[in-house]
Amino acid sequence: MIRYIFTRIGYMMITLFIIILLSFLLMKALPGSPFNDERLPETQKELLYKKYGLDKPVPVQFGIYLSNLVQGDLGVSFVFDNRPVTKIIQERIGASAILGFQAVFVGTIIGLLLGIVAALKHNTIIDYGATVLAVLGISIPSFVFAGFLQYWVGVKLGWLPIAFWNGFEYSILPTIALAVGVVATIARFTRIEMLEVLNQEYILTAQSKGLSNSYIITKHGIRNALIPIITIIGPLTVNTITGSLVIEKIFSIPGLGEQFVNSIITNDYQLIMGTTIFYAVLFVSVILIIDILYGFIDPRIRVAGGE
Amino acid sequence: MTAKITEETKHYPADLFELASQADIVSDIVHRPEQSFWQDAWRGLRKNKAAIVGLCIIIFVILLAVFGPFMNNHGYDEQNITRTNLPPKVPVLEHLPFLGLNGVDGRGVDQYEKKGITEYFWFGTDELGRDLWTRIWQGTRISLYIAFLAATIDLIIGVAYGAISAFYGGRTDNVMQRVIEVLVGITGLIVNILLILILKPGIISITLAMVIVGWISMARIVRAQILKLKSYEYVLASRTLGASNQRLIWKHLIPNTLGPIIVATTFTIPGAIFTEALLSFIGLGLQPPTASLGTIVNDSYKLLRIYPHGMIVSSIIISLIMISFNLLGDGLRDAFDPKVRK
Repeated sequence: MIRYIFTRIGYMMITLFIIILLSFLLMKALPGSPFNDERLPETQKELLYKKYGLDKPVPVQFGIYLSNLVQGDLGVSFVFDNRPVTKIIQERIGASAILGFQAVFVGTIIGLLLGIVAALKHNTIIDYGATVLAVLGISIPSFVFAGFLQYWVGVKLGWLPIAFWNGFEYSILPTIALAVGVVATIARFTRIEMLEVLNQEYILTAQSKGLSNSYIITKHGIRNALIPIITIIGPLTVNTITGSLVIEKIFSIPGLGEQFVNSIITNDYQLIMGTTIFYAVLFVSVILIIDILYGFIDPRIRVAGGE
Repeated sequence: MTAKITEETKHYPADLFELASQADIVSDIVHRPEQSFWQDAWRGLRKNKAAIVGLCIIIFVILLAVFGPFMNNHGYDEQNITRTNLPPKVPVLEHLPFLGLNGVDGRGVDQYEKKGITEYFWFGTDELGRDLWTRIWQGTRISLYIAFLAATIDLIIGVAYGAISAFYGGRTDNVMQRVIEVLVGITGLIVNILLILILKPGIISITLAMVIVGWISMARIVRAQILKLKSYEYVLASRTLGASNQRLIWKHLIPNTLGPIIVATTFTIPGAIFTEALLSFIGLGLQPPTASLGTIVNDSYKLLRIYPHGMIVSSIIISLIMISFNLLGDGLRDAFDPKVRK
């Protein structure tokens, strides 16, 4: 197991290195320099280049960038008056984290309930209804859903605020918009897992022992069905963060996603790079943690794998 | 039971018995009409009503995407300031006011009458007076084109990579799988964004960006399937009979991997349409006047509060395409799954 974890961390490092190298080369591939002012005399330009290390060859510059990165320095934003990128990310991450956790929390609970009920009432109208909802939730793009939620609930009915971030009621609509995908994914997966578990022989054994139905469902059914759900947390995180890019933009939430989209529009390359690397670290860590967790949680893997 | 009968029959003389001809034994023979791969799949798919509805909608949308832009005389980039933001108006259906297809806008003003326009715009017009019917079908065409192109390239690279990796095994497989393990941690959207920043938005660059990580899941599916098939006896039998590697791959392994490949491709297409729309939404989509479904949704979202018709129509169409492909994918997955077959 220890060996397995170390191998995985090794791959994670290579993946991150490739992403960092890719984004660095991108920045170098773009035309122009930060000191494009024509009034700037050559000597001063040279001095500036020297000061920021831009006179050195590209591999050396990459080395400097890497060593800064390890120390938590992601450079400065061009657009926001030379403010450090790390600082901007720190300020912005709060709203995104709250929104993301709310959506995943609400979405998971509703999704689990929907999936379990659908499996228990297999081939009834409830099952079909849940399946239709899940297909709709997976298919309809989140920005379409968010747009109409904002229009009907926010503007037409005037029930909830449609933009900004000044308290809990501001987070309701974006949370719903972001949670729809989570609900659908979890419900679909839970339903299939639950149906599979309910067909297993140990359920039959439990029934023949005369255990009550509710006991079988909670103790044997749901517990076993939940284990594989850990595997979809990875894709779910990716989807939630991807979704938050547009949802934050639509609802004007001062989060990291909105910042990222704006930095793309304003060509703030240092900020784009910094956020990209931040997201990459986040994704890769989540995937790693899930893989390790899964090995610990599922006794079958623990015994069979034995790595 | 059998032992008892033999005990009893021992007493009968042997000439009472007659040898049965091999041809008379019919009860053991299980005979079913031979079915090709496609017949089998179609039989499974036909039972799934949702998948058939999905398939019909997809065909209908493709037909409209091909012929829709020719159904009136307007070009997709033809601007006309005298007819901006007209709501939809459809002949016949205009007499059913609750449908909202009578050319009356949100404030109850008949824009067609006000602007003196006698022509019918089935989906209305946008803020530059471009006909939305033509534009939306033109956009659907481009979105579908990008999606099919990305899915095809994914398919070619993924199948080749997965098949080679699984078939040759050993060191080849090891190296190829390590490469995949590194790449799989890279999130698609990040690479998409980085690449499009370098390449500038366009049909080819968007497709390329999607393909660069898109093939990985296909390669993994194909590898897993071929690894499983490789250990089956019929492959061993074929190899013993002297079949070449080429023949094994093309005649045995690939055809039996077709099911999962088709299912994965069906799910790739809505994914690609969604990614393209998402990129448009964050400002990395196609540049005007070229339109895709994503750019139309994005443009009409800005007008949602005043002129909701554009957003409503384009959202319905993009959602309909996504739903149909997902339904078809689900149906195909069940149709190809031997466990489900009855």
